[in-house]
Amino acid sequence: MEALKEELKSKIIEQLNLEDVSVDEIADDDPLFGDGLGLDSIDALELIVMLDKDYGIKLADPKEGKKIFESVGTMADYITQHKTK
Amino acid sequence: MMEKEYFISSYCHIRNNTISLNGTTLYQEQHPDFKSLAKSAYRYFKTDYSKFFKMDNLSKLGFLAADILLKNEGILPENEENIAIVLSNRASSLDTDRKHWESIRNPDTYYPSPAIFVYTLPNICIGEISIRHKLYSENSFFIFDEFNPSHLFSYANGLLDMQKAEKVLCGWVDFDGPDYEAFLYLVNKKGAIEHSIEEITRLF
Repeated sequence: MEALKEELKSKIIEQLNLEDVSVDEIADDDPLFGDGLGLDSIDALELIVMLDKDYGIKLADPKEGKKIFESVGTMADYITQHKTK
Repeated sequence: MMEKEYFISSYCHIRNNTISLNGTTLYQEQHPDFKSLAKSAYRYFKTDYSKFFKMDNLSKLGFLAADILLKNEGILPENEENIAIVLSNRASSLDTDRKHWESIRNPDTYYPSPAIFVYTLPNICIGEISIRHKLYSENSFFIFDEFNPSHLFSYANGLLDMQKAEKVLCGWVDFDGPDYEAFLYLVNKKGAIEHSIEEITRLF
């Protein structure tokens, strides 16, 4: 689980072009949206694509994303339970 | 009725690893590609706008040139201004279109990136400048085979004559493969250079 969280932090930084953020600056429970990392709606779509592409998870209901993408920790929990690759 | 006279109050070039303002080189450094140049110039000019790194190459190019030029004019992002934007280029958004195409060409790896897709129009570059500088103004992006000063001249004059804008940020922002070039200029009611086709051509 810890390895997955580190992997997610690296992917988020790289794929969302968070130039001034490093892996150790993201806490597992930091909010990804709003006051946390300040991600926007396009970033949310990128995260949905990432779940599909890298972990074989297709979100049937986009509303689910709100809970799944609360933090790196909630993402890691969801991926661990639902990944197909 | 006598025609009103307008002026070019500032102009900015970005090309060949060099950024200049009003003919004076502000930044020059060898970089392997535009991405590297843009990142370095962003820091050099203390741009302080984290969304910059999410932009595509065309938007970064136009955004940097506009930011440097408007800062020189004392136009701050905090204040609302009635500045129209009229840009043009040859390659449209081809650089980003190619990236999008790469992500969808193979049905087995069909994962289009939303962050790339949103830049598959050249006028998104205008949107990025407008968001940064709070411009809710007239804007247009034209595609030409080559730089077309007479069209930009008459379009900018029309906007000012009809009082659609107080100033017009005009120019050429082109990005295609390894080639990039930005030339932006501000058409104003006062300034040192006459706004004419000849002067636009000379500055370009």
